[in-house]
Amino acid sequence: MNARTFLVRGLLAGLIAGIVAFGVAFTVGEPPIDTAIGLEEAAAAEVPAESGADEVHTHAEGDGDHTHAAAATEEGHAHSHGDEEEGGITRTTQKTWGLATATIAIGVALGGIIALIAAAVAGRLGRLTIVGSTALVTALGFVAYALVPFLKYPAAPPAVGSGDTIGSRTAYYFAFALISIVAMVATVFLGRWLAAARGAWTGVVVAGVAYVIVVAVAALAMPTVNELGAFPADVLWEFRISSVLTLAALWGALGVALTWLLGRVDTTAKAVV
Amino acid sequence: MSHAVAAPLSGATAIPAVEIPTVDLRELAPWALFFGLLSVLVVFFVSIDQGAVSLFAGTAVHEWVHDGRHLLGYPCH
Repeated sequence: MNARTFLVRGLLAGLIAGIVAFGVAFTVGEPPIDTAIGLEEAAAAEVPAESGADEVHTHAEGDGDHTHAAAATEEGHAHSHGDEEEGGITRTTQKTWGLATATIAIGVALGGIIALIAAAVAGRLGRLTIVGSTALVTALGFVAYALVPFLKYPAAPPAVGSGDTIGSRTAYYFAFALISIVAMVATVFLGRWLAAARGAWTGVVVAGVAYVIVVAVAALAMPTVNELGAFPADVLWEFRISSVLTLAALWGALGVALTWLLGRVDTTAKAVV
Repeated sequence: MSHAVAAPLSGATAIPAVEIPTVDLRELAPWALFFGLLSVLVVFFVSIDQGAVSLFAGTAVHEWVHDGRHLLGYPCH
């Protein structure tokens, strides 16, 4: 077992996870996105090009700052979500190849990182086997980088969110995600130390509670983002559920594939030795 | 790391420790650094580029990964 053993399997597992996540995202995520874009276009069509520009969230083209579109487009159809091409990319491309690119790229990147972390902790977390510690790393990764950030800054569908606040919203999201990840890493060190000194139950419970307290305090201290306006609750609910399902599919498939691939190595190694 | 082997749990029911292979951290470090940086770059392009911050001008990257950015929970416009 060396770094290569883990990394190669992590990349492969990440590829599988990205494909699975694409399947889930395309199946359950695209319908609410299409609905949201329809609402966005309907709202844009009602608003005069000049006065409504600040109300309508847009994908302004030809402007790196991603500002509202009235300034950039002339027809008052202030965004690029329609089936017409914008920047050469149609909605059909966005929801197929574009979506697949995103989920697979993230899947492979996460797969590699998770595999290298799994390599670092293998044999170093109490009596956990390689498969056990890898499963734990994946599960904690999901909590730290997907679930907890989502609970504080949940995914927003198209038509929600002002282009004026994208900078601060992005900063909040990644700051909170970073706090969550750092807290989780510290939690594992704390839990490992406590488990050795005071037993596994104490270690897991105290470290777990410590993580919850840290992220809860951070969540309470950090600003809340609410730019929903009059966006319909049913579409929002459907979109957010689909977002969680996509993230769960990504991490779940990653964990299953990686532990399976490593488990095969594990048993082979034992058989040889 | 000193805990190369499973941390010893003292107690009467000590199970004979099965040797779990570990990976030398010094061997792992360059892989982790290189791939870590690469991953950050990938996550940046999928999650942020041409949104809050633009490394490339235009919106092609943003539009290409648009749906994924929304569904993976990243702030998008």
